[in-house]
Amino acid sequence: MPDLDRREIAAIFLGGALGSLLRMWLGRTFATGAGDWPWATFTINVTGSFALAYFATRLQERLPRSIYRRPLLGTGFCGAYTTFSTMQVETLQMIDDDRYALAATYALTSVLAGLVAIWIATALVRRVRIIA
Amino acid sequence: MSVWTWLGVALLGGVGANARFLIDGLISARAGAALPFGTLVVNASGSLVLGLLTGVALSGDALVLAGTATLGSYTTFSTWMLETHRLGEDARARAALLNIAVGLAVGVAAAALGRTIGAHA
Repeated sequence: MPDLDRREIAAIFLGGALGSLLRMWLGRTFATGAGDWPWATFTINVTGSFALAYFATRLQERLPRSIYRRPLLGTGFCGAYTTFSTMQVETLQMIDDDRYALAATYALTSVLAGLVAIWIATALVRRVRIIA
Repeated sequence: MSVWTWLGVALLGGVGANARFLIDGLISARAGAALPFGTLVVNASGSLVLGLLTGVALSGDALVLAGTATLGSYTTFSTWMLETHRLGEDARARAALLNIAVGLAVGVAAAALGRTIGAHA
């Protein structure tokens, strides 16, 4: 067992609760039908990746060390706000419907957009000029 | 959705995030550093269980609480992507590509397996 730090657990719990609530609210507000492009999950995953890279890079490379910001904002909030399991079940549903191109496009576009979001957020924090 | 269900979404979201932190820590401390195995195991196991819930045709508030809240918070997309990006920065392009390929293949396979088990349970 890793050393249990009650305040760290509380920070992860608070961040996870807020991330879960926001994902649920967005998912219900921007619900899409089965077989459609899952805009809610897609947008949540890309924006959450951007936020995680922003927080993680800032906390690791720019700010004085803090014990509870990473668990609250990174592990808790961004980790819980974004989701992998829903994305996999959505992809599986597309495969079931014989929409293989849609399934592959959804999975690969999510990964590509997630990586681009992380690259931009990391570069912004490091003050690197992004040249198009 | 009732205020109690929203409260459950918050509580179970916090539980799911802590479960991820715990499992990731246990796996990462034991597995090698070839890939971020902690996140891969968390995401694969969460997809398996969500597939299982789909297989047993769970619906309504039960699916919201167990699936969307708990497993949605337990599994993570952003950490998977951040770890992939950092592998690429460390000039480990092959490991970065492998992390994506393994994550996707195992994720869909785990969800399909879980659903098959659930449908026959």
